[in-house]
Amino acid sequence: EKMGLGRAALPEEIAAWDVSVLPDGTGLPEGEGDVLTGDEVFADKCASCHGEFAEGLDSWPVLAGGAGTLHDRRPVKTIGSYWPYLSTVFDYVHRSMPFGGAQTVTNDEAYAITAFLLYSNGLVEDDFVLSNENFTEIVLPNAEGFYPDDRAESEYPLFSAAACMSECGPEVKITKRAVEINVTPEDPDGRPAGTLPDYMASAMGAAPEASPEPAAEEAVEEAAVDTAEAMAAVDPEMVEDGQKVFKKCAACHKVGEGAKNGTGPHLNGALGRAAGSLDGFKYSKAMTDAGAGGLVWDEASLMSFLENPKGFLKGTKMSFAGLKKEDDRAAIVAYLSTLAP
Amino acid sequence: GADPLITEVQDWASSFGDAVDASPYGMPIRFESHVVRRNVEWLTESPVSSINFTPIHALEGTITPQGCAFERHHSGAIELSKADYRLMINGLVDTPLVFTFEDLMRFPRATVTAFLECAANGGMEWGGAQLEGCQFTQGMIHNMEYVGVPLRYLLEEAGVQAEGKWIYAEGADASSNGRSIPMEKALDDVMVAFFANGEALRKEHGYPVRLVVPGWEGNMWVKWVRRIGVYDQAVESREETSKYTDLMPDGRARKWTWVMDAKSVITSPSPQAPVRHGKGPLVITGLAWSGNGKIAKVDVSLDGGRNWQEARITGEAKSKALTRFHLDIDWDGSELLLQSRATDETGYVQPTKDALRAIRGLNNVYHNNGIQTWWLKSDGEVENVEVA
Repeated sequence: EKMGLGRAALPEEIAAWDVSVLPDGTGLPEGEGDVLTGDEVFADKCASCHGEFAEGLDSWPVLAGGAGTLHDRRPVKTIGSYWPYLSTVFDYVHRSMPFGGAQTVTNDEAYAITAFLLYSNGLVEDDFVLSNENFTEIVLPNAEGFYPDDRAESEYPLFSAAACMSECGPEVKITKRAVEINVTPEDPDGRPAGTLPDYMASAMGAAPEASPEPAAEEAVEEAAVDTAEAMAAVDPEMVEDGQKVFKKCAACHKVGEGAKNGTGPHLNGALGRAAGSLDGFKYSKAMTDAGAGGLVWDEASLMSFLENPKGFLKGTKMSFAGLKKEDDRAAIVAYLSTLAP
Repeated sequence: GADPLITEVQDWASSFGDAVDASPYGMPIRFESHVVRRNVEWLTESPVSSINFTPIHALEGTITPQGCAFERHHSGAIELSKADYRLMINGLVDTPLVFTFEDLMRFPRATVTAFLECAANGGMEWGGAQLEGCQFTQGMIHNMEYVGVPLRYLLEEAGVQAEGKWIYAEGADASSNGRSIPMEKALDDVMVAFFANGEALRKEHGYPVRLVVPGWEGNMWVKWVRRIGVYDQAVESREETSKYTDLMPDGRARKWTWVMDAKSVITSPSPQAPVRHGKGPLVITGLAWSGNGKIAKVDVSLDGGRNWQEARITGEAKSKALTRFHLDIDWDGSELLLQSRATDETGYVQPTKDALRAIRGLNNVYHNNGIQTWWLKSDGEVENVEVA
């Protein structure tokens, strides 16, 4: 009754895609890594979001600490305080991290990062070496903190009585109002974003409402013309390519109208800007020093920086491996040149 | 006086409209440009690992158009062509297999209409009413008609071994979001889908192939699904341990809380859909759904849950799919505290938020299926409130 569809998966194909690591150690590759190496790799690949000590920058996940907070109103759920299995740490680091650069962590680096995270959670000493040999000996503190869904026993009986239809209780009063918290995205008129327009008000005899889209397009065109004049000839195809390559940067660097500093500084008007000069962003000392020393981001300096950030500027906080293709770097520079300050 | 829209010849009644090819694949008319997905920027650090919300306040019926159905990505929506697509089945099977997209198209197909609800839908409301509008409070949901291959056909093709008790599904994107699913469910109604609402899946919904896991939390509906591993145990991935587990007041946590319990919400009137026509006939409408089966009935209260009347189920109530309800009232213009309450075919009655908090505390994030209250004021404006 088999259909005979598909073909046998080759061992090397399975090895390439099946990198899952399970709680009992199934799937662990051979390798090892120590805490100090992990500290270095973490600083290089992870700290720009998770912090030097895995404490989590901005709203990026906190990976260390939080022991004993699971009863609190604001529990801190970390590897040490919440995660049940060390296999999950290795699996996720190896499979999905760093953010925007998945599957670039080697087996040994994954062991080292995992060892460092155990250390930063106070679970091992600084001379600890993690390997596939001793991996399953590590039991995380909250390993026993989980139990399978019990709603069918603990909740369904309570919520399965025939529903009351009349005079089900005393009169009620309003106890909480969302408007008092005031965190809903708003339309320009101050109403909750997406509020249905009062279409009758605009219909009766009034001039037809101009579509917002053509106006926006015009504005974009105007801006493009301005920028094009200012920047001389920028190849629009390169700009478009650059916009695509920029996806690698976008998790940390914001651009466009109203862009704010995030994990990295915003990049509006980055071309022509002195290095490390943006107010309100906490640069590395290396970067502010370079700016004070006269480094300005022009095409040449950006091309070099983007090829090998840490090679070009030792000590930069930017934990990005760099763009190896010259075309990609040139496209990014072209794209950045279109972004007005 | 006489309505000039009637007495005067309007442009559209005299000259041409658009030619047939003005829009080979059409977009909604510009008057509906407000009916779009929206996000809440403060929720997440990066828009490539984030979520937006379906404008359920502006939709009717039960099918969600793909173009405004909420998105959740963990590493951005990727562009993966049918030619480049591969699906691997490996692990505890007799023959590990690789399928191309064309291979999948040659298996017998099935169809299912199912809701997909994020486990965190309503999560921001655990501590109290917080966001104005059901797009934001209940909009991490959509409902589509899928066509694809039942996963069991693919598993049978590979031959699941006796020890194979779980599958693990993972995506082709950089997050490779993976979830473990017990074999019983995998062989029951899980589908490998490639059409939604009659057309190919949209990029943001997993083109060319996604997993459909009816009734279970949206995180398990792996998009761009590239591998189904068969295991003797759960993989316990990041998405099923550090996330999508439910911290209880005793400091322990429920895991494997897959089912989305019965829930409902009035979509209009609601904060983004105020009443502008004054007193008199008023259509109250909303959505109800249950991951445990069909919706049996929906009750509506006008007084904050003290008295209830049964609403009309409009159209067919399908299992594990959105169900539309209506209640037509003659509004006297007085303030109302509107609530809806779903009962599913198992007899489960949607609880109040306070009833859930009494069991689960305030740190629960996921699976908030509590009753929503809208305060309809005399001027027709509507607020998100809680009552007691």
